[in-house]
Formats: sequence, structure tokens, C-alpha cells
Amino acid sequence: MPDPMKIRANLVGDSTEVKVLMSHEMDTGLAKDSSGKIIPAWFIQTVTVLHNDKRVLYAQWGTAVSKNPFMSFRFKGGAKGDKVTITWVDNHNETRTDSAIVG
Amino acid sequence: MDRHRRQALKSGGGLSLVALLAAAGWIDPAAAATEAWNSAAFQTHDMDTTLKALGDGKPVPSTNVVFFSTPDIAENGAVVPIGITSKVPGTESIAILVAKNPNMLAALFELPPGTEPSITTRVKMRETSDVYALVKAGGNYYMTSKEIKVTLGGCGG
Repeated sequence: MPDPMKIRANLVGDSTEVKVLMSHEMDTGLAKDSSGKIIPAWFIQTVTVLHNDKRVLYAQWGTAVSKNPFMSFRFKGGAKGDKVTITWVDNHNETRTDSAIVG
Repeated sequence: MDRHRRQALKSGGGLSLVALLAAAGWIDPAAAATEAWNSAAFQTHDMDTTLKALGDGKPVPSTNVVFFSTPDIAENGAVVPIGITSKVPGTESIAILVAKNPNMLAALFELPPGTEPSITTRVKMRETSDVYALVKAGGNYYMTSKEIKVTLGGCGG
């Protein structure tokens, strides 16, 4: 099971700012290990962010997103106590969902 | 659950797994209602084919698409912070393209109405390169670019 995401969701004026740090190798499939073998590509392909049950962001990523990906953005509205849920799916069909409460 | 997941993996790839998990009530169906990953767009090496894979738009240069919190010089190409804001009304998506990476498209962010057209993330850069911010709004494409000098390449190996 992949490590949990670190999610912060905070009201800033009339918007909610979401910051997320994911735990993932994001291997490009181009690098080699110490024995000279290619490390196969292993990376997050899609990220979905829900505010309660409404989608506020959908991202598609390639191998160029950095290891342990970071992302931040804002959506309008949101109130203290609302739920922000983030799901990622990688190219091995591994998936992880975490949520945070808007503070 | 693990055994079920393997069966699910055997019976189909990517989205069908998500659909199966959703049907079984393991993950939120709203989260599972995602579009397919645009594999064609993530395997391109030049601007023309990348644009074609992203919807065949003809982007115009725009000062309404701006980089922020993005360095001119990145010491470590493995972690280059990128921030992009669009002031184009009705912005639907923001994409990050790195001209000299093995694959040009790094990330595509689709922004429903109500989400502010501004994102930050971190990308890998193989070498010094132009980086493009591509915005889609109302069926049209807008673009701005910035050269980022890379001291140490970000592809390892």
C-alpha cells in the first residue's frame, strides 16, 4: 500500500487553497540502477480532486512530474469542515485515496 | 480485498479496474469517473504532434498566461518548481510542456468552472530548455514560454 498523501486545505478569502504532497517514485523508465539495468517507468497518471462530491480538478501526468509530486491550486467556495478528497492512479493501476477537512 | 484486486487486474486494465472498484463500493464513484489518460499526448517529442494529441489547437502567444514562482535557473533539474496562472476568461485547462524533455508534455490540469486558473507543481527537466504554458479556453489555445537554465539534469542514470 503506498504511503498516504499529505493534504492541506485552507480557506483563503473566498477560496479554498489545496496543497498536496504525494509519496511516489515517479520513475521515468529512462534511468538505470547501479547494475546498469533500466528502471521501468512507474508514475502517477491521473489525479482527481473532489470538494465534497464535486470534482474541482482532474490532472493527467507524464513521467516528467517530479518524484514525490507536489501540487497546489485553489477553488472558489468551500467552508470549514468540508471534505477535500484526492485520488491518484499510477501506470501499475495502483491507486491511493486520501482526504482532508477544510480548515 | 487483495485477491479481488488481482482478479480485477487480470480482467482488465486501467479504467476498467477503477470502474470495478467503484462498482464494488471500494472507492468513491465520483472519483472514479475519470477520463482515460491521454497516452498519445504523453509520447510526443515536438510541439506539432503534442498539440495535435491535445486537441489540434493552434495556440496564439498570450500575455494573459503567466509563469510565477518559476526559477530562471534551476540548480536541480529533478525538482523544478513551476507555477502558471491564466487570466484568459473561461480557462478550461493548463498544460506544462518542456521542449527538450524526452516527452514534451509533463502535465495537464483540467479545471472545472469554480476552480481558479492557477496551479503550481514540480517537474523534471533533462537540460536547459524552453518551458511552455498552454491554456485552453473556449476552444482556443493560448501559450507563453520561458527558458529555464538547468545546472544539473533531472533524469538520473
